[in-house]
Amino acid sequence: MPCEDSWLKAFRNPAGAARLVQDIRRRTQDRAPVRIMEICGTHTMAIAKAGLRSLLAPGVELISGPGCPVCVTPAGDIDAALELSARPGVTLATYGDLLRVPGSLRGDTLLRRRAEGADVRTVYSAADAVDLARTNPDREVVFLGVGFETTAPGTAACVLDAAGDGLDNFSVFCLLKRTEPALRALLNAPDCGVDALLCPGHVAAITGADAFAFLPREYGLPAVVGGFEAGDVLYAVWRMVCMVCDGTPALENEYVRLVTAGGNAAARAAVDRVFQPADSLWRGLGEIPDSGLVLRPAYARYDAAARYGLARGAGTEPPGCRCGQVIRGLLHPEECPLFGRLCRPEDPVGPCMVSGEGACAAAWKYRSADV
Amino acid sequence: MQSIITMDYGSGGVRTAQLIDEILLPAFGNATLNDLGDGAVLPDLGGQPVFSTDSFVVTPWKFPGGDIGKLAVCGTVNDLCMAGGKPLYLSLSLILEEGLPMDDLRTVVDSIARTAREAGVQIVTGDTKVVERGSADGLYINTAGIGVLRAPGLGRRALRPGDAVLVSGSVGCHGAAVLMARGDLPVEGDLRSDCRPLHELSAAALAAGEVHILRDPTRGGVATTLNEFVEGSGLCIDLEEEAIPVDEPVAAACDLLGLDPLYAACEGRMLAVVAPGDAEAVLGALRALPGGEGACRIGTVGTGRPGKVVLHTALGGSRILGKLTGAQLPRIC
Repeated sequence: MPCEDSWLKAFRNPAGAARLVQDIRRRTQDRAPVRIMEICGTHTMAIAKAGLRSLLAPGVELISGPGCPVCVTPAGDIDAALELSARPGVTLATYGDLLRVPGSLRGDTLLRRRAEGADVRTVYSAADAVDLARTNPDREVVFLGVGFETTAPGTAACVLDAAGDGLDNFSVFCLLKRTEPALRALLNAPDCGVDALLCPGHVAAITGADAFAFLPREYGLPAVVGGFEAGDVLYAVWRMVCMVCDGTPALENEYVRLVTAGGNAAARAAVDRVFQPADSLWRGLGEIPDSGLVLRPAYARYDAAARYGLARGAGTEPPGCRCGQVIRGLLHPEECPLFGRLCRPEDPVGPCMVSGEGACAAAWKYRSADV
Repeated sequence: MQSIITMDYGSGGVRTAQLIDEILLPAFGNATLNDLGDGAVLPDLGGQPVFSTDSFVVTPWKFPGGDIGKLAVCGTVNDLCMAGGKPLYLSLSLILEEGLPMDDLRTVVDSIARTAREAGVQIVTGDTKVVERGSADGLYINTAGIGVLRAPGLGRRALRPGDAVLVSGSVGCHGAAVLMARGDLPVEGDLRSDCRPLHELSAAALAAGEVHILRDPTRGGVATTLNEFVEGSGLCIDLEEEAIPVDEPVAAACDLLGLDPLYAACEGRMLAVVAPGDAEAVLGALRALPGGEGACRIGTVGTGRPGKVVLHTALGGSRILGKLTGAQLPRIC
């Protein structure tokens, strides 16, 4: 392993953490809470794990937005994946996060389908799925391409790899989504009361920090691209609190050890070669123009939705499930009547409780000892 | 001997006898086993018997720091130790998949024999079955063990407010090492399983002070095991996040996969809850032994949040540390 791990500790528990917390409290004590939304599931988990929400309350309200790719995938698309897993000859390759997410029917998950005989394999990267297709020529391998700008390049690379090899037993069920159109839809909604945005470091590594410049420019919102250690988040929150209190919205990049202004042009070029933007359906947010990615006509043979004639749609939300509101940041997980009662990670009602990056899963797993 | 296991080796006939005579007896042979009776007749234990069993299905069967054979001995030996027993005898059942290379079987058998010698236990009875190719993943092992009770009264009911919670070394190494051996980690590095018999460490702890409970945090890791100590009771455990030892390669590997080392399995670590005044003496005894060098105190038994394990984080927050739900799964970005 790389030896730079020891410096990671400096980000995990920085010496100045107490001073930052103190200054955040001082700046926010005589005003309405500063509402900061994070839009990356890894941030959601990091915040919960470090106990930052309770540490910074009541001056700062940390809100989870649509940052969990599994959670924003509508139930109808999960239904389609479940249906696909039941087809003879099909091997479904998926990231582990999707295994436990129920479709329209409670308890109907890929994990359950696997136990019943479906060939569902967990992979850690899209490349593993292509390898599966190579080593199992008698199987039709379908990769569930879920994620934002972060996982799109890997998915594009594996389509290019498959095309280069002329593999014909591989395809992608493309559920990829784009961050910016969803953010705009969220911010344009009249019920959105967010003061600042913690921007996703992993996404920005691809898009470049500048991709978030529209937030201060068009919406007047402070925005900081942040890393994922507790110290990273704390510093980013402090900067946003400063900008909100001083009325000086700008875009800042805290995650300079990984994120540049311009991002990764090669990765974006690969995505652009394979995919094109298309309207896409989000759980909680509905249909958003140009917010998804679909395969370009040149790579249409790798499109599982077309190859298998998959029916796409919103599906049926589980009765009583408030995941849609949680995803939009309108409801804290703990405010959902099902949270921790009818809905728990071992028997989830909605995706936010089951995905490794879901707001409810984070809130449950790292529930504060003060509650 | 053939170069692979065939169905014949499980027939109970000539090939089975060959397997026993040429591979198993040379490795494990002792007066009791050599009789090859239907069961072992054991000498008087000289005390209350302790009995435990465990099955082993790890994949891959070989990983950095151990293999399924070593694990099969450690698993049952450690369960006996944690129950306050001195392990003495093991049974060994092998379920072999048709096609298993004979050399792999030899490697596993050697590993079982070596670990049993190290742990001071004899293999006194056993069984071998062969199943069709595709019906098992190489080989599965079951061991059962008998020991003699050395420390009566260990268990959750013995816990008291103020007790010290100790761990014998860094946590999560086994889980991370197996993930790496599976090829699940996009890295290579110095990740070794902590798999080892705990007979010496447990004996040392029991001799050094008033021990209230011993457990090896296997599946579900330290977090789940500590929850089992206090759930449904009027006690809680306050853990100091900064005090819990996690090796850098384990922390980094878990980070990459979105896993939490506190939920990753250990196979050669011991959690001990001891009377507060004896914590230093027990730690000293553990640190003097191989495998216990990294022993440290990680928390305290309290009453503030009955039934819960509370983790006090480095930044000054605190949160409930729950039991493991399902299996740990990797994140996607």
